[in-house]
Amino acid sequence: MNKKEYEKLVKKYSPSEDKLKNALMAFVSGGIIGLISTIIYVIFLKFDMDSVTSTAYTIVILILASSILTGIGFFDNLVEKFKCGIIIPITGFSHSMTSCAIDNKKDGFITGLGSNLFKLAGSVLLYGTFSAFILVVIKVIFNG
Amino acid sequence: MASMKFNNVYLGDSYSVASSLEAKGNLKNLDLVINDYYFGLKTFEGAEIKMQKIVVDYLLQNNNNIKLIVGGDLSNQLAITAFMASHYNISYLGMYSACATFNSAIISLASLIDLKKINKGIAITSSHNKVAERQFRYPIEYGAPKPKRTTYTATGSVGVIVTKEKTNIRVESATIGQSINSSIKDALNMGAVMAPAAANTLYNHLKELNIDIKYYDLILTGDLGIYGSKIFKELLNTKYNIKLNKHIDAGSILYKKEQNLYAGSSGPVTLPLVLFNKILKEKKYKKILLIATGSLHSPTLVNQKNPICATAHAIGLEVIK
Repeated sequence: MNKKEYEKLVKKYSPSEDKLKNALMAFVSGGIIGLISTIIYVIFLKFDMDSVTSTAYTIVILILASSILTGIGFFDNLVEKFKCGIIIPITGFSHSMTSCAIDNKKDGFITGLGSNLFKLAGSVLLYGTFSAFILVVIKVIFNG
Repeated sequence: MASMKFNNVYLGDSYSVASSLEAKGNLKNLDLVINDYYFGLKTFEGAEIKMQKIVVDYLLQNNNNIKLIVGGDLSNQLAITAFMASHYNISYLGMYSACATFNSAIISLASLIDLKKINKGIAITSSHNKVAERQFRYPIEYGAPKPKRTTYTATGSVGVIVTKEKTNIRVESATIGQSINSSIKDALNMGAVMAPAAANTLYNHLKELNIDIKYYDLILTGDLGIYGSKIFKELLNTKYNIKLNKHIDAGSILYKKEQNLYAGSSGPVTLPLVLFNKILKEKKYKKILLIATGSLHSPTLVNQKNPICATAHAIGLEVIK
């Protein structure tokens, strides 16, 4: 049996994932997070804040909330249910850092927590910044 | 491949520790159930060392003249087993065959006993879901979503005395498996990684020792999982022309279906947990072939886009009434 035949055999017996259900759950849960943040944002606007400041505060609140939920061991249960719906928004970014921090806390503050805090979030930061840079270059070229 | 028959090698006392998750599954009469992944300590690694130590303490209390501990776990450099062994004034030989470690430990002890170099020794293995998860996959609290084909590392430790004194379980024969390149690069599909190794070891065991498959009442594989077992059976059918009459996969039956733990249990402790706390307690089978399967995967090599290798070691057991 060669490599190709075996891969075919494995594929035959691999269970199919409920992609539609997962996508729907992610759509709804991601939407709810969007809704919650819009509500928080509007509340801040009511308190005479300008839109830039209220955006910043909204993000801080979401980061804090998901970080606390990770800390009390609740967020991973949510991830199990809603998957990418709560991993893709900023809640997931915060969750990835807090979970790394908890995981490596006992390996020492420098060798554990410090060096592993960005284990998962590092790629988001690097490629996020890099793609922002590319987009700005494109924008400058076309819009001046 | 190296296949061998043993004359006077037996399995004596055994002791099993597992977490409450495994206890809620299909296992019976576990010696100790722990309800807390930390086991009262500060780290998961410490908890795994403590589990192993409890097993060895029990076995040493009830047996004299033990000169050698052979065993291993999933942690890097077998640090956990080594740390456990440092508590005793006994020789220690670490073994890494991933989830096939238990069988490789028994085979090496059985060979030494058969050669009359030692009289008895302890074979031990353990795995801890959180220790393995941290080392091989994501941080624990991250709870990364997993596909259905993945297996769930069991938490527990099992040790057994391998001895020349007669007991009711005889170690008849063994086959040491090859390292087989599965050509699979998916670290979440261990069943598919290990199935070719299991089929290859079974085929060679039967061929080299000139045994018919009907000789065994039960073929007990380690942790192929629900989907890996199907691949294993089809491989045997199409490639080796072997028809299994009775096959159980320990990983597939350790947890109950309603526990919903993906494709079943994995980890080196899976096979001994099911063997000592289910199969042998049922007293239904006389000749059992254990095929422990191990996925020898390293996150580094997987990240470098290499396929994963696997191994499988077989042990033939005879239950004497």
